[in-house]
Amino acid sequence: MDLKDLYHEIIVDHNRRPRNFRRIENPTRVSEGYNPLCGDKLKLYVVEKDGVIEDVAFEGSGCAISMASASLLTERLKGKPAEEAETLFGQMHDLLTGKGEDIDTEALGKLAALEGVKAYPSRVKCATLCWHTLHAALQGEDLATTE
Amino acid sequence: MSTAPEKLSESDSPLDLSAIRADFPILDQTVQDKALCYLDNAATAQKPRQVIDAVAEYYRRDNANIHRGVHTLAERATAAYESARERMADFINASATEELIFLRGTTEAINLVAQSWARPRLEPGDEILVTELDHHSNIVPWQLVCEQTGATLRAVEVNERGELDLESFEALISRRPRLFAVGHVSNALGTINPVKHLVERAHAFGVPVLVDGAQATPHMAVDVQALGCDFYAFSGHKMYGPTGIGALWSRKELLTEMPPCQGGGEMIKMVSIERSVWNDVPHKFEAGTPNIAGAIGLAAAADYMESIGLDAIGDWEHRLLEHATRRLSETPGVTLIGTAEQKAAVVSFVVDGVHPHDLGTILDSEGVAIRAGHHCAMPLMEKLGLPATARASMAFYNTLEEIDTLADALVRARELLA
Repeated sequence: MDLKDLYHEIIVDHNRRPRNFRRIENPTRVSEGYNPLCGDKLKLYVVEKDGVIEDVAFEGSGCAISMASASLLTERLKGKPAEEAETLFGQMHDLLTGKGEDIDTEALGKLAALEGVKAYPSRVKCATLCWHTLHAALQGEDLATTE
Repeated sequence: MSTAPEKLSESDSPLDLSAIRADFPILDQTVQDKALCYLDNAATAQKPRQVIDAVAEYYRRDNANIHRGVHTLAERATAAYESARERMADFINASATEELIFLRGTTEAINLVAQSWARPRLEPGDEILVTELDHHSNIVPWQLVCEQTGATLRAVEVNERGELDLESFEALISRRPRLFAVGHVSNALGTINPVKHLVERAHAFGVPVLVDGAQATPHMAVDVQALGCDFYAFSGHKMYGPTGIGALWSRKELLTEMPPCQGGGEMIKMVSIERSVWNDVPHKFEAGTPNIAGAIGLAAAADYMESIGLDAIGDWEHRLLEHATRRLSETPGVTLIGTAEQKAAVVSFVVDGVHPHDLGTILDSEGVAIRAGHHCAMPLMEKLGLPATARASMAFYNTLEEIDTLADALVRARELLA
């Protein structure tokens, strides 16, 4: 296993300079995610209007995988239909747990940089935390954990 | 401080490290194509073949249930189990063999004291005192019993070096809690607490003391009579023995007045549907078939440690600690967490720009096994304002070269992520 497959340059970049790392003052949805194993904590803010994610941002602290994953999520979903978030959640989950043979990784774009995580089972939850949190936010729940 | 790298090698060790390492078969392997460098000993220590063989030999030759059969194997198994008890009572210098109860480990031992000794005594308004340095296993059992009885849990504060704040201790012990429970050595930071002093002060206020010795027995000679404590709990697997075995020591008069926690075979003298008569100490607390092989393996671990010498172990681990402290302090971006004057061979640290969990993964790719996380000490981490640290914990089979491997790998981790 090459460490560069896990710490892909996109991940290193998004960990060093997370995109949309800020608080949104009047979100329509907000949820907190916590990974008790690593202590990764994040808070996800969403502004959803007429089924479209107009703005999405996050705050928190955690390992490079969790920070980069959240950063990539916000970058990808801003301006997209909320439905797409749920579809991507399923695809990311399959990709990271090694069930993603049928997934068009090209369509995932930069998110596919996280694929290397699947070789590290103990780190999969770091990558999926933000997706669980987003799912909880869109379902109107205020807390998500990876347990 | 000299900047010239000091040349250190195994030949500086008073121990015959190559012979010792040959006793630990697991150390001779590669991980991710690199020589395994096992620095997670505070989580669990590796087992010498003397322990592995003792367990295997018991199952090969002597296995039988104890204290009941009259056949030869049952007598052999009973003798081996009871001689393991004698061995372990002697290991911590208990005054009587029956003062040592075999349990699953430190956690079960602390829970037993909480439920059997503390619970019947606690009333609303009473206090139990722990410390911010403690492992969850020496906090949560007390929280449970406080919830059950309406008592209050309080904690002695730690200072910025990771030592107990003795002023905070004095203020809280003078409130006369019903019990003071304290770790002998901190698993998260390595701090060695001044247990003898703490016990003297607690007793001056009439407060009994439980000592969590899980991280002490692997590193130093423990003498429960010299410490003066009332309960001492420890685990086998941290001191080179099997998992699932550990012990509680207490004075016979305390154990005699404590009711059993679990009912079952072995812990009774006589049973009728109306009532039962409890067996004597220690059997009263050992319901069901115990971990016979585990007890035998633990006694073999104690034999092994004493064959090397607890003083020699302590001396070499101190050298390892000094070397690790120096190498990590000199590594750019590394900050040591926990700088107590008295420490066991544990270094907790954070690396600028690299989260401890990433560090754990990156070091693993270099064959280096460390622990990353809150170390089951979340109150301490909160006090220190850290979500997690990385921790390298040494054993007497570790070498100075392994610490160099760790320090070099930290440099590469920073290059990769910071």
